[in-house]
Parts: sequence; C-alpha cells; structure tokens
Amino acid sequence: VLPFPILIIVAPLISAFLIVLAGSFKRSLCYPIMLAALAVSAFSSLAILQEVIHHGPVRYYLGNWNPPWGIEYVIDHLNGFVAVVVSIIGLLIGISSKKMVEQALPMRLPYFYCLFLLQVTGLLGIVVTGDVFNLYVFLEIASLAGYALIAIGEEGAPFASFNYMIYGTLGACFYLLGVGYLYIVTGSLNMADLSRLLPSLYSSKVVLMAFAFFLVGIAIKMALFPLHVWLPDAYTYAPSSVSALVAPLTTKVGAYVLIRVMYTVFKPVFSTELIPASTILSWVAFFAILFGCILALGQRDLKRMLAYVLIAEVGYIALGVGLGNRNGLTGAILHIMNDALMMASLFLIVGAITYKGWSRQFHKFNGLHRKMPVTTAVFVISALSVIGIPPACGFFSKWYLVLGAIDAKQWLFAAVLLVSSLLNAIIFFRAIERVYFEPVAEGHDILLTEEKAGFTWDEAPLSILIPMVLLAAGILSVGLLSGTIISGVIQFAVPANF
Amino acid sequence: VEQIVGKYNYWIYIILMMIGFYAMIGKRNLVKKLIGMNIFQTSIILFFISTGSKKGATIPIVTNGHGTMHQAIEAIHYVNPLPHVLMLTAIVVMVSTFGVALALLLMIYRRYQTLEEDKILSLRKK
Repeated sequence: VLPFPILIIVAPLISAFLIVLAGSFKRSLCYPIMLAALAVSAFSSLAILQEVIHHGPVRYYLGNWNPPWGIEYVIDHLNGFVAVVVSIIGLLIGISSKKMVEQALPMRLPYFYCLFLLQVTGLLGIVVTGDVFNLYVFLEIASLAGYALIAIGEEGAPFASFNYMIYGTLGACFYLLGVGYLYIVTGSLNMADLSRLLPSLYSSKVVLMAFAFFLVGIAIKMALFPLHVWLPDAYTYAPSSVSALVAPLTTKVGAYVLIRVMYTVFKPVFSTELIPASTILSWVAFFAILFGCILALGQRDLKRMLAYVLIAEVGYIALGVGLGNRNGLTGAILHIMNDALMMASLFLIVGAITYKGWSRQFHKFNGLHRKMPVTTAVFVISALSVIGIPPACGFFSKWYLVLGAIDAKQWLFAAVLLVSSLLNAIIFFRAIERVYFEPVAEGHDILLTEEKAGFTWDEAPLSILIPMVLLAAGILSVGLLSGTIISGVIQFAVPANF
Repeated sequence: VEQIVGKYNYWIYIILMMIGFYAMIGKRNLVKKLIGMNIFQTSIILFFISTGSKKGATIPIVTNGHGTMHQAIEAIHYVNPLPHVLMLTAIVVMVSTFGVALALLLMIYRRYQTLEEDKILSLRKK
C-alpha cells in the first residue's frame, strides 16, 4: 500500500522547491509540475477518504516513532473529508491560475507557483496532522506563504499583508501558548493522547487558560467577527488567483481546527457543559453573521463585498460548532465544504471578470451577461447557493444549522440564519440585477458601436472557465448528494455522544 | 511574595509579552510594530524554556548507558529537552516571519516613502 497520508504533504512540498529549480531552466515546466503535485495530493486524499470510510481511521507514524513521542498523522472522517475539500479546490484553483498569473506577474512564475504549493502544503498539513505542535508549524507555513502571496497583489496589498501578518502572528502565538500550557500539565503534544489525559485535569486553571488561548488564536486565524479586521483588505488587494485559493480555504481550515480542538482534544463535555465556551462562541457567531451581511450590503466593490460575505459565512460555521448538538455540527461540517466551493467559485468569477479588464465595481457591470454568459451563469448559481435556494448546496448546510438552532431551542439563532439569507439575497441581487437587467449605459462610445453590431462573446480563457464550471457543477451535485455525504461521512465525524 | 520571587521567570515572560503586545497593537510605526512582534515571540520562547528547566538538574544525556551497568533514569535529575527542541522549531518560524515582514516593509517603503501608518493611510485615501 502506498503511504498516502504522507504523500498528501510531501508531493506539494517537494514540488514547491522543484518548481524553482525547474523554472530557472525552463519556465513552461512550472505549471505542469504544480498540477501534477496537486493532482497527487487530491488523489491521495481521495484514496484515504475511501480507506477511512471502509476501514476506519488511518494512522501514519512519521519516521516510525510511535506516538505519543513521535508525530503521527491521523485521518478520520472529519479531516479526511476536509483534506479532500482542500486538495480538490487547490487543484481547481491551480488549473485556473495559469492565465491570470501570466497576465499579472509574467516574470515571477516559478516563485509564485512555489508559494502557491507551500500554501496548499501548509493547509493540508494542518488538516492531516495529529500533533498539536506540528499543527502550529503547518499553520505558520500556510500563513507565511499567504502573507507573501497576498503582498504581490495590487496597490494596497503590501500594507494589507503586513497588517494580516501582525494579526496572524498574534493568532499563531496564542495558539503556541495554548500548546505550551497543555504541555505543562500533561507532558504530551499528541491530540489523541491529550484527549485521554485531559479529562482528569478539567478543573485546572492552566487547562482553562490553554483552552482560552487556543480559541482566541484560532478565531484570529479563521477571521471570526471581532478578530476579522485583517481579512477584508488582505483578500481584496490580493491577486485574483491568490484570493480564490486562500479565501475559501484558510478560513475553512481554521474552522476545522476549531472543531478539532473543541471536540477532539477537549471532550464535548468540557467545551459545552463545564465552561460556557460554546454558548459564547455561538453569540460571537451571531454577531459575526449580522455584521458580515450588513457590511457586505454597504460595499460597491464585488471582491470586498465577497470578503464580508465570507466573514458572515465563517459565522455560520462557528454558530454550528457553538450550538453543540448533532444537527448543528453536521451543518457546520457540511458548510465547510459548501462554503469552500461557493467562495472558490465566486472569487474565481471576480478573477475572470478582472482578467477581461472589467472593473470590480459592480455598478459598471451593465451588459456583462452578453459578453461573458458562462461566467455570469456560474455567478448566479453560486449566488443562489450562498442565499440558500434548494438545489444548490448552500441550502442544505443552512437547513441543518437551522435544525440545530431549533434543537438547542435558540430561536434567535434560527432567526439570524433566516435574516442573513434575506440579506444575502439583497446583496447578490444588486449585482445580478446590474449584470442581467440594466441597459448598457449610454455615453460609452465603444459599447454603443458594439451594441449596434450585436455583442460578441468575450469569455474568459478555458483554463479559468473549466474550473469555474466544475465548481458550479460541484455546488449543484453536492447539494443533490448532501444526504449521501452526511450518511456516509459526516455523521461519523460528529462526536458519538451528541 | 514567594509567588512573585520564586516564579520570576514567568513574571518576566508576562511583562515582556505585554510590552510586545502593546507595541503590536498600540504603536503607529510599522517598524515598532515589528519589534513588538519580535518581543512577543521571544517572550514565548522564554516561557517554554522556563517550563523545561529545573534547579540543579543536568543535561539530558545518560552518561553510562549502553552495556555498562544499567541504571534507572530519574527524570528529576535532567532538564526536560523537549521544550528546547520545540523552541528551535519556533525560532525558525519566527526568523522566517521576521524575514517576510522586513520584505513587506521594504515593499511598503518603496511605494509610500514612509513607514508611519497614519501617513500611509492618508496617502492611500488620495
């Protein structure tokens, strides 16, 4: 049997450095190497998920050192699922990056792809590792690659990236302190070992501090509402292909770490009953959803608007985690996948639109649907999914979240989910209306002459269109198959006593 | 009093951490923020190293192992090496963060000719 758990990480990690070498000889080698590496990761994570579904969790001991001394990779239903999401979206965005990167930075191709792969490596590493310190290292690999990738964007990018770095480092340091506190009281860094050792120490103040540090650190990394300030600038100014990679994945991987820490490292009893962490979390999420939606309403720049929608979406996941019951957590885990698909497709659309020289201000989108019919069709599908219209996947995760809120008898949380759906409808229909129904503005000479001649298709290149259409197909099919996904994978990812 | 004097290394770690935290959040100059970040990270190193050290303990190398008479190893006599090893990794992470941050500052300075946050913000409004 091939060592799939390690292949997920090693393939992109080695290729990242290979690309720089190969790129200095022949520039055209970079893209195929990157695709090959991402394809290997995606294939291995699918193979592991298959294995997990049939034979239960997979463990891989690095260097044959047995845990708790050595580092182990543990893949169960939860992170097997997240790894598949991350690696497949990474692959799709990788495919789409070709033209956008060649347009944006033709001279630095090898370095861009190197960072791109390191980012994916870091994210996948966070997902598969079963060791809290190893997780910190991967967290920083992903973040460092992210800072560099964001900084190569447009005018405000380096400054936004520096701010992101200050916040990101704070988050990572808090996480590291949490690790240190847990190490003092237990002497272990292995997640499974910690979860065995901790229950007898739940009354300790040190453990409480560790938990608090973990929660704040992760909340910064996943941009949960009061700690989200770095996100809108960083993701707005980042290059299109970068924001299409980091926006859907970084926050989702952060959400995964949150679930892992709250419900695996610490037992659900601790997080929900002994201390009111989950209640606080769901109230924070409540405000995150409202705040994200309301600020998204005020934006005129499509990409910045999506960044605020993303903050609201992070709120959904945190709400599901905080509800602390089976339906809520099912919704949260399902939403990790759905939101990754929706955000990847939406940010990719922004990339396609700007690639064709359109402005991101959506009051200038008049007539877009005649120029780029496929892109706008995908935009409508993704937007409907974010709003939560049934055949698209966004509906199903919201459905479970609402069910979870009702199970927890938290009517306010159920209400905020519905209100945010309405707000999302307003947010996206402002753009959709522009794209489809507004007449082409008078006074633009070029547009006028073209209107007489009939619009010509001016679509984005195939390398962007194909991943975009695949993502849209993913949004619809994941929606239709959500029952199967829940009964096959997610129900095992939820802690048994929920 | 014993709480303070006996555990002075932890108090220093907390004080350093707060200084760093203040500089990261409160200062308006980007270089000062970066220095704050460094102090913050260094305080965490101090914290980890403190957790491993013991008074009067020695380095964790078994002197007469392998073949000669087997003796039980008592952990109390040895400094815990694991936090040190963790910090080696953390130092690597911190150095690379610092490097990336300096590169970012260079980019910012080339674009705006200043590293004061307020000036950059007002330049960007224009």
